Amino acid sequence: MSGESKSRGPLFNVLIVVGGLIFGFGLGFSHMARPEVVLNFLQFEDFGLLFVMGGAAVVTGVTFAVASRSSGRAPLTGKAYTRRLKSFDRNVLIGGGIFGVGWGLSGICPGAAYASLGIGNYPILFAIGGMFAGAYAQGLWRKHSVSDRPVSSEAD
Amino acid sequence: MDLVPAFAFTNLFPNGIGRYAIGGMFIGLGVAVIYLGTGIIAGASTFLESTLSYVSDVPRFQKPKYVASRDWRVLFTLGIVGGAAIYQLAFNGQFWTTDVQWWRLLGGGFLVGVGTRIGKGCTSGHGVCGVGSASFTSISNVVTFMAVAIGVAQLVQALGVSP
Repeated sequence: MSGESKSRGPLFNVLIVVGGLIFGFGLGFSHMARPEVVLNFLQFEDFGLLFVMGGAAVVTGVTFAVASRSSGRAPLTGKAYTRRLKSFDRNVLIGGGIFGVGWGLSGICPGAAYASLGIGNYPILFAIGGMFAGAYAQGLWRKHSVSDRPVSSEAD
Repeated sequence: MDLVPAFAFTNLFPNGIGRYAIGGMFIGLGVAVIYLGTGIIAGASTFLESTLSYVSDVPRFQKPKYVASRDWRVLFTLGIVGGAAIYQLAFNGQFWTTDVQWWRLLGGGFLVGVGTRIGKGCTSGHGVCGVGSASFTSISNVVTFMAVAIGVAQLVQALGVSP
């Protein structure tokens, strides 16, 4: 758990908030904070979402590729730069399938739901409440799960 | 998808692609800023479990990685809410609310909560960060949730439920 100490100074917290602000602004700007726009994609009426995910993945992809090839370390934590490589197992597909049903039914995913609150969409509290309930239910149901590989422990 | 005839293009993208591509780049930039400063790859769905660790003794939520990251994940989420609010005030000037029925939000949200945690990520963790990492695991997850979600959304539409 290197670099996961409780207090990493004010600059760390400021950077997290700034990153969140930019991330949330992007969700607002791309209209992903509106469930209707996501549903329009899933119903083949507007394929713009592909450019949202694609545009974001290109930026992160280039950033991860360049940084993880360098020997540098993150200035605020001393952590090495890695890519997001989680272990593959059946749960990846089962979880993806369950998420897909929920996403297709509601047009909502976690990040977009938080952003939706920011654009004043108070009914989204139903979705956020539902997400917490779902996360809690799976936590009750699953036994002590074996931890993922440490290298990926801090990814989403 | 790559070789779309010009006449069909506007049908596929009735609102153009600018807002989507630019917004997507901002999403990626937010991740990149945190990553370059801290080495942390921030996804949006772990917040659900890590925040539950404040109030629940269920062992699953008390994993060290959740307890250790829960504080910054709250800040990250507050940032997301704030960033979207800045966008809305700057570009629209008034708040917006959805017409999607409450029961779809609640039921869909519940399944999203279950599925993202079992599947180790969501649209941002797998879809943006994992795909950006060329991760087989993440690409498998994304292909699965995309296919299922398209099927479900089309079914909902076919049953006459709108939006």
